[in-house]
Amino acid sequence: MKLTLRVWRQSGPQDKGKMVEYRLDDISPDASFLEMLDVLNEKLIADGGEPVAFDHDCREGICGMCSLVINGTPHGPEERTTTCQLHMRKFKDGEVIDVEPWRAKAFPVVKDLVVDRSAFDRIIQAGGYITAPTGTAPEAHSTPVPKPDADRAFEAAECIGCGACVAACPNGSASLFLGAKVTHLGLMPQGQPERWDRVVSMLDTHDDEGFGGCTNTGECTVACPKGIPLDVIGSLNRDYLKATAGGKKR
Amino acid sequence: MSDSFYKSGEPVVDGKAPKGPIEDRWTTRKFEAKQVNPANKRKKKIIIIGTGLAGGSAGATLGEAGYHVQQFCFQDSPRRAHSIAAQGGINAAKNYRNDGDSVYRLFYETVKGGDFRSRESNVYRLADISRQIIDQCVAQGVPFAREYGGLLDNRSFGGTQVSRTFYARGQTGQQLLLGAYQALMRQVDAGNVELYPRHEMLDLIMEDGRARGVVVRNLIDGEIKHYTADAVVLASGGYGNVYFLSTNAMGSNVTASWRAHRHGALFANPCYTQIHPTCIPVSGDHQSKLTLMSESLRNDGRVWVPKKGGDTRRPSDIPEDERDYYLERIYPSFGNLVPRDIASRAAKNVCDEGRGVGPGGLGVYLDFADAIERLGRDKVEAKYGNLFEMYERITGENPYDTPMRIYPAVHYTMGGLWVDYDLESTIPGLFVIGEANFSDHGANRLGASALMQGLADGYFVLPNTINDYIARNALPPVDEKNIAAAEERVASRIEKFLSIDGDRSVDSFHRELGHIMWEYCGMERTEEGLRKALELIPALHEEFWKRVKVTGKGEELNQQLEKAGRVADFFELAELMVIDALHRTESCGGHFRAESQDEDGEAKRDDDNFGYVAAWEWAGEGEQPVLHKEDLNFEYVHPTQRSYK
Amino acid sequence: MAVTGAVLVLFLIAHMIGNLKIFLGEGDFDHYAHWLRTIGEPALPHRVLLTIVEIVLTVSVVLHIWSAVSLGKRAAHARPVKYQSKKKSHAQGYATHTMRYGGIIVALFIIWHLLDLTFFAVNPLGSDATPYDRVIADFDGSRWYITIWYVLAVLLVGLHLNHGIWSAFQTLGLRSPRSNGALRALAGGVAGVVTLGFIAVPISVTFGWVS
Repeated sequence: MKLTLRVWRQSGPQDKGKMVEYRLDDISPDASFLEMLDVLNEKLIADGGEPVAFDHDCREGICGMCSLVINGTPHGPEERTTTCQLHMRKFKDGEVIDVEPWRAKAFPVVKDLVVDRSAFDRIIQAGGYITAPTGTAPEAHSTPVPKPDADRAFEAAECIGCGACVAACPNGSASLFLGAKVTHLGLMPQGQPERWDRVVSMLDTHDDEGFGGCTNTGECTVACPKGIPLDVIGSLNRDYLKATAGGKKR
Repeated sequence: MSDSFYKSGEPVVDGKAPKGPIEDRWTTRKFEAKQVNPANKRKKKIIIIGTGLAGGSAGATLGEAGYHVQQFCFQDSPRRAHSIAAQGGINAAKNYRNDGDSVYRLFYETVKGGDFRSRESNVYRLADISRQIIDQCVAQGVPFAREYGGLLDNRSFGGTQVSRTFYARGQTGQQLLLGAYQALMRQVDAGNVELYPRHEMLDLIMEDGRARGVVVRNLIDGEIKHYTADAVVLASGGYGNVYFLSTNAMGSNVTASWRAHRHGALFANPCYTQIHPTCIPVSGDHQSKLTLMSESLRNDGRVWVPKKGGDTRRPSDIPEDERDYYLERIYPSFGNLVPRDIASRAAKNVCDEGRGVGPGGLGVYLDFADAIERLGRDKVEAKYGNLFEMYERITGENPYDTPMRIYPAVHYTMGGLWVDYDLESTIPGLFVIGEANFSDHGANRLGASALMQGLADGYFVLPNTINDYIARNALPPVDEKNIAAAEERVASRIEKFLSIDGDRSVDSFHRELGHIMWEYCGMERTEEGLRKALELIPALHEEFWKRVKVTGKGEELNQQLEKAGRVADFFELAELMVIDALHRTESCGGHFRAESQDEDGEAKRDDDNFGYVAAWEWAGEGEQPVLHKEDLNFEYVHPTQRSYK
Repeated sequence: MAVTGAVLVLFLIAHMIGNLKIFLGEGDFDHYAHWLRTIGEPALPHRVLLTIVEIVLTVSVVLHIWSAVSLGKRAAHARPVKYQSKKKSHAQGYATHTMRYGGIIVALFIIWHLLDLTFFAVNPLGSDATPYDRVIADFDGSRWYITIWYVLAVLLVGLHLNHGIWSAFQTLGLRSPRSNGALRALAGGVAGVVTLGFIAVPISVTFGWVS
């Protein structure tokens, strides 16, 4: 395949950055999108240029490290697929492909296509856990969990923390990420004691980090490579209102 | 045997394992270990490298205990460590199925599965702790699969006769890791753990023969920094990426372990690598990694290749009597369900005969046509739908219509830094946990045991042994000279990479090294091949230091520089792996020597000559490594030859 | 957003029911308009309840717009650097994307509408007429462009409600995986009924079905 890439190049956080055009011939349709970028980088190195920096690690769609907004869509055109699992056969020969980093104030660009997503860690740090010091756990079967709750909790817990929801959201909100964790932990019996403090603390941190507000556009759930359902934001709102207006938070 | 490629040293002995009945040893050790006064823990610093299941759980637990923990990972968040990619499940001897499971049975099966090359004491402890792990993870809110009654579900896994594997769909590793990550982040919030993501450990700070700290590079801005502590813990994972193509993450590397090895930590059994039979084959030169598909596919898929070589017809055009269902033919009783190593080797053999399918002839068919006919498409879809989807996404072929193509790929490394019962390496104050150490799995790891070991080490073992070292050693502040020396080593190495300005990319070297390793130190090893590798690797290594091109500067985000450091260490490791494989003339577990097989082509162990752990000492650049043997004694499980006919 | 929106939706439904009285004839319609001003009499003085309603509505509208503006500002703040490639939308359909610009057009329409039929400034008959006559004159066939303007605005209101009502349930945490279908249907139903109800009057007048 022949391709024209327009890639965001930015040498560092202070640099203004711009789109730079590259041409590639002879890309295998069986290559993944990141392997195509590997080929581009090999070419750039051979030509004495600076290779494009991008984040990636597991390359099997689970670590959440890869990102990239491809032709205006986070993780590219294929639904429920991370960039690392997107293959070039999904593109047309001769296509022009725009590649940009996630855009959000809370995800500042580090270099080229690499952004800093530590805001997500700080949201989890603010309460996205169940306090269970090692060694204190009761026997696993002492608390049964109804299967539908366990299944729905799992569905929410599948979030890989990649940030595509933020990248896709017209408001730059991380409500899907936040809602996924609040829903997961809020459905487990073990998560009840901290439930109301958790949601308030996590949401406050979300807002302080500079993420936007949710207007329920639903772009996040479509962009989500794991298809986290939009109703987790409903659960998030319910828990938040119960905790604050409902006076559950102590 | 030729002694010309290594030297022999003194035996190495695990001095910490208590004697007595096996079931009491861990309790005894915990009791005998000295404790650190709770008020003093705050003043004691522990450095942890890596945030996977082992590192994450250790950081959370040691932070909770009150130690001052500093934790590092090269990824942008601790949640991305490669433990996250584990699919299948985690074993625990809970006996919830009432099917005769017990700690002893899990212990027995793990020792046997490891082909009698692991320590009984360690494995028993692992089996014992397995039960607590499940309790711990459930308390953290890990959404394990459950039955309608609300209790935990189990499934069975290869190499065992009971149903003891706990799982969360095909994402068990992810859910367990997120549990550990969340617990870790709680300690970060509490101020007990200082977290340094996007920091890579590049050297160890040594003082008086002890590990006293690390030198790291901040991957964002390239700053070289040092951190000192009372003890250092490596939880930096395995080294499968020495093969370039593996199921490991792109960033997985051996650097932390290797730097420690160069300071005197013995490296044990480096040649034991596990090769997983059901991975998606290589599609071309662009390939950067391999994707594993759950082994459960072999429950219903039939493995075959064309009877004659070079058959390029489409699979549907090859009539039944021109197909060779070779696993069913060679192993009539186990058929397509033979263990991982046997299935892998058989696939390699048929491909070597020129009967492989797909691009490059490196693949065999895994055919579901019979299953679809027998069970119906719906049933097959319900069972394997997500795997079929993943396969189609990657290959563009629909496995409902045309057979899947699979090929074995490097998946896990059983070898690693040698540790004693306390998980302490031969460098005092340097502890090694998870896949990075060599313990527990022997020469072969059973499915669903890696998660168990990582969490056992991090949650339960290390936090009960590291206190003994810290309590016994009140250490003075580290001498500035020693810090400066370590920083200087790192800085000069980086400078060297940047100054070569050659004409070959780091990846091109890594690819070539991987190819040599796969060819000569992969699924089947021969004296001739290994000796050839022992010529090829040093030559390529030399070329690397002359011709590698590392672009950019040291003081910025520089992914080429990161890779260069990792590949340079893989070169040295590769040589040691080949030496280990060459010296071990028996076949066992993940190490198959073609010279050591019975008349049926089965692996033949040589317990009399090789019933030991091979722990290698670094003797300096260009020097032959020194072999230290740790003899293995089996008091409870007596070695037998495996047979799956 | 959700709470003020809910107030406005309830008002719209009542307003629409009132409008439809025009099909019952001139007497009924004018009587209804008069009744609005005399509800509660003699206990309440003339036009008190209507004034209260007007105040609540004004406050709701102001808060609704204020919420929208602050969300919009937050959104702009949350993404200071825009995408170069036109960002593609994949979600939820058309209504969601009309919320902001549609909201502005609806706000302009409301101003026009108040000037027309509350303050009579842009009504052809002005203040010296009955409510019924003003409506008839407003949408006379010769003033087809006014009818089109009303219809377009009401269609936008409909789209606004279609997303807004469902969205309000989501924001108030009243949406669960199970209730989602019902809530979507409710939002679509209310939006459809309100749209048709409001469009019916100007169309009928323009085409002379009501005169």
